[in-house]
Amino acid sequence: MNRLWWVCAILLLAASALVSAGLVPPYYIGLMTEVMILALFVMSLDLLVGLVGLDSLGHAAFFGIGAYVVGLMSLRGVEDMGVLLLAAIAGGFVLGLAFGSIALRALGPYFLIITLALGYLPNALAIRWRGLTGGDDGLVMLGRPTLASYSLDSPARYFFLVAVVLVICVCLMQAIARSTFGYGLRGIRESPVRMTALGYHVWTYQYAAFVIAAVFASVAGALNAGYNLFVSPVDFGIERSAGALVAVILGGAGTLIGPAIGALAIMALRHSIGAVTQHWPLVLGLFYIAVILYAPRGLAFGLSDLLARWRRR
Amino acid sequence: MSVNELIRLVFDASALGALLFLVSAGMSMIFGLMRIVNVAHGSFYLLGAYIAFGMLKVVDNQLLSYVVAIGVVTLFGAVLYSMLIERVATQPLRQILLTFGVVLVVGDIALFFWRGVPAALPVPDLLSGQFAIGRLTFPVYRLFVIGLGLAVAISLDIAQRKTRIGAMIRAGSDDLTMLACMGVNVRVLFVSVFAFGAALAALGGVLGGMFLGVYPGIDLDIVNLAFVVVIVGGLGSMRGAFAASLLIGLLDNITKAYVPELSLFAIYLLLVLVLAFRPTGLFAQRRIA
Repeated sequence: MNRLWWVCAILLLAASALVSAGLVPPYYIGLMTEVMILALFVMSLDLLVGLVGLDSLGHAAFFGIGAYVVGLMSLRGVEDMGVLLLAAIAGGFVLGLAFGSIALRALGPYFLIITLALGYLPNALAIRWRGLTGGDDGLVMLGRPTLASYSLDSPARYFFLVAVVLVICVCLMQAIARSTFGYGLRGIRESPVRMTALGYHVWTYQYAAFVIAAVFASVAGALNAGYNLFVSPVDFGIERSAGALVAVILGGAGTLIGPAIGALAIMALRHSIGAVTQHWPLVLGLFYIAVILYAPRGLAFGLSDLLARWRRR
Repeated sequence: MSVNELIRLVFDASALGALLFLVSAGMSMIFGLMRIVNVAHGSFYLLGAYIAFGMLKVVDNQLLSYVVAIGVVTLFGAVLYSMLIERVATQPLRQILLTFGVVLVVGDIALFFWRGVPAALPVPDLLSGQFAIGRLTFPVYRLFVIGLGLAVAISLDIAQRKTRIGAMIRAGSDDLTMLACMGVNVRVLFVSVFAFGAALAALGGVLGGMFLGVYPGIDLDIVNLAFVVVIVGGLGSMRGAFAASLLIGLLDNITKAYVPELSLFAIYLLLVLVLAFRPTGLFAQRRIA
């Protein structure tokens, strides 16, 4: 698995080098930016699904809150991306605290349904509170945010911002996953009863993980808003939550890097299918079904095995 | 608010509530017995309405079209369960994502066949009139929906408590292995209950197609409301689903009439409040964690 991390780091470096050399057309820079944002979102969900074993179907709520915080503040004259990101993090944190305290009253299938329903709460507000959110039409931001008077208004510059934020977040997530706290979470995933007997306060651990995952998701949402300069209720939608879960399963839950590869795979599929047919939902739906039925362990393990075999040769 | 307004509000709320009950009863039953969270339940509703709509263009017989639509969806439910969902039994996350994949596929196919035009089904002549109480007039058709919802609710409740199949379902919810040991063919029972739930949802689609209409995306709209009903009422509880349906119908009509900004939000807020203070739902007997 470590080798897989190295491969991905080298790929990211290579991509950055190509972008800074100006060898990549803007369209593909944008595509890579989108992949990184999606990867961050999917990894934040993997913290919850893979590490703690809490399958949340409402994770897009935190993506959406990050996006809407950026959209609303930017329309009120806040232009600095640093400030916007901090505000989005605060938004994700508060919403995570609130939703976590409700959702963690139940586990198993009930947790799934409750998070699904919670995910619709901000969605409903975004659709119906037209005065604030613009309803289904969403909010169009007037200009791209800046970073301390440094303009981000070119695909390459925004690419680098997202890449830096992604690397920072991944390092933080890895640090969390490898800390004592992270191993406590894994223990809870495997056997909550035993961890309780060992003196761990299981609920507090789960709650903390829920909030942490929410914060990372809101960062992804904020980056996405700054990229598209547009936020809409779709940012909260179940399509986003479910898609992220499929990416986690496709990539291999609990590995962080696997879900990121899953996100890449789904984006690549979407990009290649979109050019051929209008029926993207049909293909996506069939793809979901196939992944659920035929990908028990995920891409990460398969690729990792492949790398190991290649090394041995 | 005048008395007339209040009566009208309660009447319309009951019609919506009866419709919601038809959809969520099957969902609640399926969860209670098999622990399956079926996101594709709204697709049964969508398919029921759209197939009925398509049939009406071919044959000039409303009743036949509606019966065929419900029949086709019932069959689809049985096939869906035995070919796909059964393979991910006992894995809630995979069930949900699998059925969500089905939602996407069915939605896109419906878009292909019916071009995404919102459609409304015609009300049968027999039910198309109005009736008056004092100075208030009500559509007969909505009264029919209320009556049908009530009839289905009462028969389901009696069936669950008094009949042999009801006993099997109750026993299966409690201890599946024991039920299988008693010689009950659990697989047949599961397929039948799943198909029956699909039939109820399709019936809801046909009836709802006459006053809510049918449009792309109604599958998720409906399944969300049904989720709220099922959780607020208590998972697996028939009476809970009935009470919650009426409550949601009422809440939806009140907020739409007086504070439209909060119309959808209020329903999810109710859900959150119920979860915060009675996490098992208003009528459930079982512990949830």
